[in-house]
Amino acid sequence: MDEDFVLMKGNEALAEAAIRAGVDGYFGYPITPQSEVMEYLTAARPWERTGMVVFQAESEVAAINMLYGGAGAGKRVMTSSSSPGISLMQEGISYIAGAELPVVIVNIVRGGPGLGTIQPAQSDYFQATKGGGHGDYHLLVLAPSSVQEMADFVELAFDLAFKYRNPVMILSDGAIGQMMEKVKFKPQKPRWRDDELPEWATTGKKPDRERNIITSLDLDPYRQERFNRHLQEKYRKMREEEVRFETFQTEDAEYLLVAYGTSARICQKAVQLAREEGIRAGLLRPITLYPFPEKEIAALAGRVKAMLSVEMSAGQMVEDVRLAVNGRVPVEHFGRFGGVVPSPEEIVEALKQKLIND
Amino acid sequence: MTEEIIIAGFGGQGVLSMGKILCYSGVMQGKEVSWMPSYGPEMRGGTANVTVIISDERISSPILNAFDSAIILNQQSMDKFEPKVKPGGVLLYDPNGITRHPERRDINIYRCNGAEEAARMGAIRSFNMIMLGAFLKIKPIVELENVLKGLKKSLPERYHHLIPQNEEAIHRGMEIVEEVYVMEKA
Repeated sequence: MDEDFVLMKGNEALAEAAIRAGVDGYFGYPITPQSEVMEYLTAARPWERTGMVVFQAESEVAAINMLYGGAGAGKRVMTSSSSPGISLMQEGISYIAGAELPVVIVNIVRGGPGLGTIQPAQSDYFQATKGGGHGDYHLLVLAPSSVQEMADFVELAFDLAFKYRNPVMILSDGAIGQMMEKVKFKPQKPRWRDDELPEWATTGKKPDRERNIITSLDLDPYRQERFNRHLQEKYRKMREEEVRFETFQTEDAEYLLVAYGTSARICQKAVQLAREEGIRAGLLRPITLYPFPEKEIAALAGRVKAMLSVEMSAGQMVEDVRLAVNGRVPVEHFGRFGGVVPSPEEIVEALKQKLIND
Repeated sequence: MTEEIIIAGFGGQGVLSMGKILCYSGVMQGKEVSWMPSYGPEMRGGTANVTVIISDERISSPILNAFDSAIILNQQSMDKFEPKVKPGGVLLYDPNGITRHPERRDINIYRCNGAEEAARMGAIRSFNMIMLGAFLKIKPIVELENVLKGLKKSLPERYHHLIPQNEEAIHRGMEIVEEVYVMEKA
């Protein structure tokens, strides 16, 4: 018997993990399929446990700007929403990236465009990995594929956000948000004391240092260019040091599936089913979507006959897979979208039709 | 051991909580579990279903199109999920409100008059536990002792006084489940 494990929805596990990671504040606005995050936080009353603030803002625009302010003061702050709400936040996210502030933003993706549907989707990949708002910036994007990872990635996201002074997005979807699995939590960590805050935080000027200024504005184009080069250098370092991925039965694979999040879970089953039919399939699951595991995919391109990018979208990540493969083997896409989740059998069928029958 | 189960019926019949209790029982028995509900507008008064997987191994896809067992509580769910039971699998249903009974002969079919029995017991909300008992009689994938522990863990403390009633319902389901069609052993 496992007393340490509890059974929780992905959204609830993320919320509990935020409290335990010593997060200072959560600001959000409800939207299906992620409303359980704030519901859980409100019921758990973390302000009594750790002093963590939980605040329902008047809109997503307000919530993201509360993050801007909180992070500027050196606090560990986060928000969560689902696709339409994340679109509303894009201006603020661009400002936060431009002001080099560490925040954590969770997107429990639903089908779009527009208000779309409340069912799970992965159609916000472009928005998450290519910038989303205006300007030359990237978020570091983590893609959990289990309830345990929904919990574990909260602290990881904060560590990375503060390491790079960059916003980090946890890109999940309605399926992982709503499903229950076993989860084990880390012990409670204390929130940072005032003397542990980063030195760039605007905590009030001390006589022995210059003023700290948090801004995304610099009207001098040459200084702005220099700042952009600094951002690019930061993203280059992320691409070198922060790529995370997982492989499943790739050792002898002839056909490689590439999938993240919920799709990666379904693809694991598809790999098993394909192998029962004698098809040597394998799976690479990117855990970081930005930076993307391009080197690892390029290396596998030398060993497999073809690749299939499986996404709950009309084909977004497939572009990054193709860039990594650079024409060496065929790369096809299979997707169900608009809130439809593919079955393992459909994926095996797509693998046969798109990769083998060619 | 991996058991892939769909539980399907109307919202309000206790479909999701039956799945949750089954999952908690699995956790108590040291198994891997997943619980993937349908969510959204169809649950509010319409059909509700949950995919439950209990396994000795790490669970791959929480979303499935073929099931080892189906627990079916209304006609819509019968239409949708009877074809999705794997050959040799189990279909358990409550005949209350069913107009088209299952017809397949490559699966094992069981019936449990759970709704009627719950009414007779004067505990209509125990319906889902009667059906759970019936299922565990057919497929004893978790021990009863762990189901009771699972019940305790999944119910808020203010409902713990209802545990004996739920336990009785599980036993009742085990007693009244009937075979409709059982395949011959090869």
